[in-house]
Amino acid sequence: MLKTFPVGGVHPPENKFSVGKQIETLPLPKTVTIPAGQHIGAPTQVLVKRGDVVKVGQLIAKAGGFVSANIHSSVSGKVKKIDEVFDSSGYRKMSVLIDVEGDEWLEDIDKSDELKKEITLSKEEIVKKVSEMGIVGLGGATFPTHVKLSIPDGKKAEHLIINAVECEPYLTADHQLMMEKGEEIMIGVSILMKAIGVSKAIIGIENNKPDAIEHLAKIAANYSGITVEALKVQYPQGGEKQLIKALINREVPSGGLPLDVGCVVQNVGTAFAVYEAIQKNKPLFERVVSVTGKNVSKPSNFMVRVGTSTDVLIEAAGGLPSDSGKVVSGGPMMGKALSRTDVPITKGSSGVLIFKEEEAKREKMNPCIRCAKCVTVCPMGLEPYLLMTVTQSSDYERVEKERALDCIECGSCSYTCPSTRPLLDYIRLGKGEVNKIIRSRNQK
Amino acid sequence: MGKLLSVSLSPHVHSGNSLKKEMRGVIIAMIPAMLVGFYFFGFDAIRVTAISVIAAVGFEFLIQKFILKVEPTITDGSAIITGMLFAFNMPSNLPIWIILIGILVAIGVGKMTFGGLGQNPFNPALVGRVFLLVSFPVQMTSWPKLSPMNFSMVDAETAATPLALVKEGLKNGDKLSDLLNQIPSMLDMFIGGVGGSLGEISALAILLGGIYMIWKKIITWHIPVAMLGSIAVFTGILHLVSPEAYAGPLFHLFTGGAMLGAIFMATDMVTSPMTFKGMLIFGVGIGVLTVLIRVFGAYPEGVSFAILIMNAFVPLINTYVKPKRFGEVKK
Amino acid sequence: MNDVILYTIITLGGIGAVSAVILYFVAQKFKVFEDPRIDEVEEALPSANCGGCGYPGCRNFAEACVKTDDLGSLFCPVGGNETMSAVADALGQTVEAKEPQVAVLLCNGSSANRKRTSEFDSAANCTIAASTYGGDTDCTHGCLGLGECVDACGFDAMYMDPETGLPVVIEDMCTACGACVAACPKDLFQLRDKGKKSKRIFVSCMNTDKGAPAKKACDVACIGCSKCFKECKFDAITMGNNKAYIDYEACKLCRACVAVCPTGAIHEINFPARRVKPAVEGDVKTKKVAPKKPASDIEAKVNIVEKAKEVAKEAPKKEDNNNEDKAAE
Repeated sequence: MLKTFPVGGVHPPENKFSVGKQIETLPLPKTVTIPAGQHIGAPTQVLVKRGDVVKVGQLIAKAGGFVSANIHSSVSGKVKKIDEVFDSSGYRKMSVLIDVEGDEWLEDIDKSDELKKEITLSKEEIVKKVSEMGIVGLGGATFPTHVKLSIPDGKKAEHLIINAVECEPYLTADHQLMMEKGEEIMIGVSILMKAIGVSKAIIGIENNKPDAIEHLAKIAANYSGITVEALKVQYPQGGEKQLIKALINREVPSGGLPLDVGCVVQNVGTAFAVYEAIQKNKPLFERVVSVTGKNVSKPSNFMVRVGTSTDVLIEAAGGLPSDSGKVVSGGPMMGKALSRTDVPITKGSSGVLIFKEEEAKREKMNPCIRCAKCVTVCPMGLEPYLLMTVTQSSDYERVEKERALDCIECGSCSYTCPSTRPLLDYIRLGKGEVNKIIRSRNQK
Repeated sequence: MGKLLSVSLSPHVHSGNSLKKEMRGVIIAMIPAMLVGFYFFGFDAIRVTAISVIAAVGFEFLIQKFILKVEPTITDGSAIITGMLFAFNMPSNLPIWIILIGILVAIGVGKMTFGGLGQNPFNPALVGRVFLLVSFPVQMTSWPKLSPMNFSMVDAETAATPLALVKEGLKNGDKLSDLLNQIPSMLDMFIGGVGGSLGEISALAILLGGIYMIWKKIITWHIPVAMLGSIAVFTGILHLVSPEAYAGPLFHLFTGGAMLGAIFMATDMVTSPMTFKGMLIFGVGIGVLTVLIRVFGAYPEGVSFAILIMNAFVPLINTYVKPKRFGEVKK
Repeated sequence: MNDVILYTIITLGGIGAVSAVILYFVAQKFKVFEDPRIDEVEEALPSANCGGCGYPGCRNFAEACVKTDDLGSLFCPVGGNETMSAVADALGQTVEAKEPQVAVLLCNGSSANRKRTSEFDSAANCTIAASTYGGDTDCTHGCLGLGECVDACGFDAMYMDPETGLPVVIEDMCTACGACVAACPKDLFQLRDKGKKSKRIFVSCMNTDKGAPAKKACDVACIGCSKCFKECKFDAITMGNNKAYIDYEACKLCRACVAVCPTGAIHEINFPARRVKPAVEGDVKTKKVAPKKPASDIEAKVNIVEKAKEVAKEAPKKEDNNNEDKAAE
């Protein structure tokens, strides 16, 4: 019996068209647009100005506080301008535009493929270096990793959980990374274990990646304390609360964090980035991105420098098909639809999905038939039909009472609704308004 | 650049579930019971079913287009289902004008006055049936005799149903075992071969439909099992206490509208609770009420009233019975 | 007389009498003393319960009026000066008349002026659109066209113009209650004085991007060129964040700024038609002047109300979704 979370979940078709495709390093683009904010938290302070010459790995924007992250240049060249340009959020954001010249890296970055197993830094030094290297969660949330690794007084971590589930359909970036960089990932996991002071780490992988499970399990045998667990294929297995429940049967309390049940969860891509940062002095400036879709002629996994335009990736995957209706950054269940394709790849871009026009359009909304399918599939035990109705009535007190803030926005409810009601749209609206009310309540 | 890209919030894929698919599944599940009804009641059954369905769709269209002035939604299939379920609850010798009045009440009062699809608290087919039962008690309780494969248009003779027979007999003090000899055997009642409404006579056909709907995830097992289970337990206890005064569980399960009610009427999504725990409470409530009305009440059949009464409790059940929240913080 | 009927009458009559006595004493014991003036003030109010005064409902506003020291600080925007003077009369006070106000939309990014660059496909709600992205054009500050303001208006004083994709405020029905101001996620509405003879001048743009991207996104954007600022003799215009702002209290309605604005972002409302100089040969680029209102005021009002009725009839699709939403409540 494979482990899984007990309540809710859906089974969207996997459509992993880019599975098994070797990670391809794209040729350097002519220009990059590096947004000054690619993380959750305080905005950064841009350190360079127009005309400055930068090298690969150079710090170009400094973290604006503890919950913030450094931004490093992914290319070498001259800064063209600092300006507000469109990014994947659909708004113009402050970005550093660089004209690429050559590929000169900072001297202390180790470019070799040599595997460095020995961890020489102490616990505190690791956390400090993770922060300096601008590491953020690569699962998509981009939460600054050093904040997660800084265990506050009074809390203790017992488990490190590595999220290698990749439960979203279409995406294969993590899968391919595990197959090609398994040893490096394992060392990264050991570094993370040392950073938070735990002796046990569990790598959770969904059962639709048997080759990755086998590969990592073999490598893990040589490391103490690291186990690999196969999990049932069910969305959202990769949601951190569901993952913790499945692996160690503990529920993160409402309004709480994984640390409240003794866990720290990190994405497997983040573990790889930590290895490169600690062992190779390499800051975070490139990542694996899957470009895929039913009508994409060359579905691929690319190693991309941050700031490369999404257009470049789509071209490399065979070009934007003429019958395309939607381009999504991330996965189909929780990703962000792009209004234009000339936006940059950032630290949080895990995939570029292209949908055909017929697939892209939403169906018209029908009245709720109270079939309770949304209640059945909600992994957090909420009632989406009710949250939508009370949000439409602007009864935000009731929205809060019905625990809308527990919603992890996985999209299972909207996915399954036979009346194609935009449940998650309204739940998000309700959550936003409730958060506004709570903020003003706390200010009083 | 070409066409404009479509932008929406996530999720960007959909399961493909649709209203049409849900309704189609229910209609397919009802076909075995409908065919059994046609077989045993002949042309009359076809007449009643056809009129009910056409009138249901027609009334819904007229009300939506001319009275409510909204876009008619007859293509979603819910009116067809109401028409079919309503027909299943009728004796097949019912005159056309009574059917039309019943359907008008079912669709007009039972569904449209509350706001249309998804808004009604009471099962519309049952609202129509109960209205007719109370307004035209004689015509609603003169059950035709079974005449298999009789497709002539000659009026069929009438005969009492086993439920009515047994109730009358027990009231008069007859012994149960004597009465059971006068009615078809349990097996007959299970397969079909007893009098009753045109849709409720074959427990087997209804059960097949129920299994189909559970397989297609249109309904779940909770309400039928809770309802039939509680009927069986309650009547079982009564029968054990006094075997000659009370009929046993199998009798109560296979006669009357218990199977039809459990599989098709009580499980109507719009009027049933939203959580599994709530559905179990709902089912048990219907079962208990059904037995109370059948055994101690004035009517021989209690399923329709029981379901309508429990429909009224559904908002209360939905308010107080919540699904298990993830990460519940125990105070 | 039948025994049964006699007993019935006595029993029921007795129960009735006893209940009446009990209820009387309970009512007396639990009576809440309320200042009778609150009732009088409430009578004078329009009973719209719209919240425009800042209080939840007319009764609460009446209470506030009775309790306050300074009646001048409270105002019912729906009833206006007439109502406030009636309230003052009821309380034996006097109150100064306030300038009537109206809501103004500070955006003219219609479908003609602002090219669409994507198609929005989420739930048709402006707040949801604003949280999805910057809108279906390249101006991320402008109107999203989904009508949350129209839904919020409790006085039927707004409608969506299907041609332009922008909401229209019917100035004679607007009570300046502020519902649209609160509803708009882009903060595009401003409550301001109606102006002398209902004349108003304002910059109909909230775009704070630099001039080049602003103009590229929308033909009638304010590009922050400062021409109006330099032209104004009354210091009514301030520049900030690449945008001009006209202070309506300082503005003397001279229209000098309107004439020099290169994009036509400044609007003049309810002015008589200007004499237009004949176009010079070769002068292809004509200034975009604000749409002229008909000379007769009455004609203007009738036109607007008629258009609103037409639009309401012709918009079954929007109505449908709204109906479903309302039905779902």
